Amino acid sequence: MIGNLLILYQAPALGVQLLIDGILIGAVFALAAYGMALVWGVTNIINVAQGEFVMLGGFVAVFCAEHGLPLLLAVPIAAAVLYALGWALFRLVIVHLIGRDMFISVLATFGIAIVLQQVMARLFGAGDRIVDSGLASWFLFDGLVGIAQVKVLVFACCLVLGAGLTVFLQRSRAGQAIRAVAQEPRAAAVLGIETDKVYGLTFALNAAICGAAGALAAMAYPIHPYGGLSYTIRSFMIVVVAGLGNLAGVVWAAAGLGVAESFAGFVLGPQYQIAFVFGLLVVVLVLRNRMLRRQRQYLR
Amino acid sequence: MTASAPGTRTLNPARLTRIGAVLAIGVVTPLLFPAYQSQATELLLFIVFALAWDLVGGQMGYTSFGNVLFVGVGMYVAAIVQVGLYYDVGLYNEAKGGGTQFVFDTSQFLIGLGLGLIAAAVAAGLTAFLLGPLVLGIRGHYFAICTLGLGIAAGQLAAGIPWIGGGSGMLTPNPPASLGDVGLLLYYLALSLALACTATFAWLLSTRFGLVLNAIRDDEDKAEAMGLPTRRAKIAAWVIAAAFLGVAGALYGNQVRFIDPTETAFAGATIGVWMILMALLGGKGTLLGPIVGAILFQITKELFWTYLLGWQRVALGVLIIVVAVFFPEGIVGYARARSRRSEETP
Repeated sequence: MIGNLLILYQAPALGVQLLIDGILIGAVFALAAYGMALVWGVTNIINVAQGEFVMLGGFVAVFCAEHGLPLLLAVPIAAAVLYALGWALFRLVIVHLIGRDMFISVLATFGIAIVLQQVMARLFGAGDRIVDSGLASWFLFDGLVGIAQVKVLVFACCLVLGAGLTVFLQRSRAGQAIRAVAQEPRAAAVLGIETDKVYGLTFALNAAICGAAGALAAMAYPIHPYGGLSYTIRSFMIVVVAGLGNLAGVVWAAAGLGVAESFAGFVLGPQYQIAFVFGLLVVVLVLRNRMLRRQRQYLR
Repeated sequence: MTASAPGTRTLNPARLTRIGAVLAIGVVTPLLFPAYQSQATELLLFIVFALAWDLVGGQMGYTSFGNVLFVGVGMYVAAIVQVGLYYDVGLYNEAKGGGTQFVFDTSQFLIGLGLGLIAAAVAAGLTAFLLGPLVLGIRGHYFAICTLGLGIAAGQLAAGIPWIGGGSGMLTPNPPASLGDVGLLLYYLALSLALACTATFAWLLSTRFGLVLNAIRDDEDKAEAMGLPTRRAKIAAWVIAAAFLGVAGALYGNQVRFIDPTETAFAGATIGVWMILMALLGGKGTLLGPIVGAILFQITKELFWTYLLGWQRVALGVLIIVVAVFFPEGIVGYARARSRRSEETP
């Protein structure tokens, strides 16, 4: 560990490499976190199956690649498949969770995650998968820093999707309805917005976002049927740090998490990277609690 | 308030008969049905898991998704003590245990097991005591996700430590042949633990301490405002639950004989969520509920494993969703609500 720190100190180019890699994967985290914040803000549900949606999107991309479809066509297909799944799950399960105890919704979506994990393992095998993009890498600093072109492509696509989503939420009638329900569901209902439909739309939209993010992620980063939970935790952490409805915060927090993870993976060793993510979550929540406590007022 | 009414619980004859009957069933079961002995041991440990989850999750309202942390700590610490008393743990795990090199004779095995169980309780309790002040201030869903993270982080850390076998896991000591059926011994240890756990919790919940826990669940700020020692009570409940989880984990490790860091020890997606399901299925926040839930769950799980092999996690996931969405009050809660309704409308 200290040896790795020394290497990092002696070869600053390596630091640049880790920084770039971290920022690039941060875009995928940001997209998933944005979806989680959307569902959380509108329906007040924390979707623990978020990461499984990402993984499933990735597997749809793997499936498409195996059947010879062009690389980027997998993204809209994954989004469409996940949109349908999200809508079905909403009708079957999520609709019953709205307005209920938070514990119930965490447990029920955890159940969904467990179901999806084994279904994916049965359909696609319980191993790491990746879509071969066939793209090369760019090299900087005399070949010391390598940037995989596919990671840049994924990054760019995530940004485009995120921007598109923002425009959708700001400009379209459906997006405005979603924001209205997030602000004040009763007032929105009085004004003639069908809140149940908006909840369904939001949840399905979130699934589609995750599906697209997963399809993109699968081109550059390995996916695994049981690997979803770390994406859920990352999304949750990003939303907690950024706050609900703070898009800029989500982007910054996601990039920060990506960079932190990338450095931690190098310094502590790749086997501790997931442990680092989950440990960081605990630290973030404990610190958040400390900060909240400082604001509490006592009567003496 | 769904909590069991506190107050004077005397040992009247009817109660004594019931306790005697449960004891008798517990003692003779493995002798009558030797084929189901390991399932029965597992069931008794599941009862402890469910009860311990419910003390904090049901009675106190702090729904933890990471109680596997204590199960895993107990499991590993017990195994390390069992081996470490006589051999070098690092070498033992390098050689993947067993063989002719690492032999435990009867007294070594029994002393190791006894000290291991004590160490498991202490280590798990200590973990809870150290973490308690940090995480028990976090509330609601933040607490749920935080504990989920804790359990998984612990598993990933354990998988990275070669001294305890790393990702390929650790074997518990081989019981000597001279000891005869170790399964039976483990069964009776599990039975004692389940009885001790039930009795301790029944007593705790009949005291003022139980009322404090319920008050925290119902409205923590009000409880604090009324001057109840909420902080101490929360940590105490967590430590007690953790100690029982640790011992149960230690026995579970010896029962399955192999500790995988993420699949048996810190198995958040299986045991970790099963204990919640058991408590919820039987009735959260009651003493009887987790026991009933564990029995039903163990039967269901065995059926799923037999008839739905390969899809058992799907079936269990669906069960979790169904129970959480449509039956969150559980069997005991449902029965109580019914009897209350029939009392009100004669």
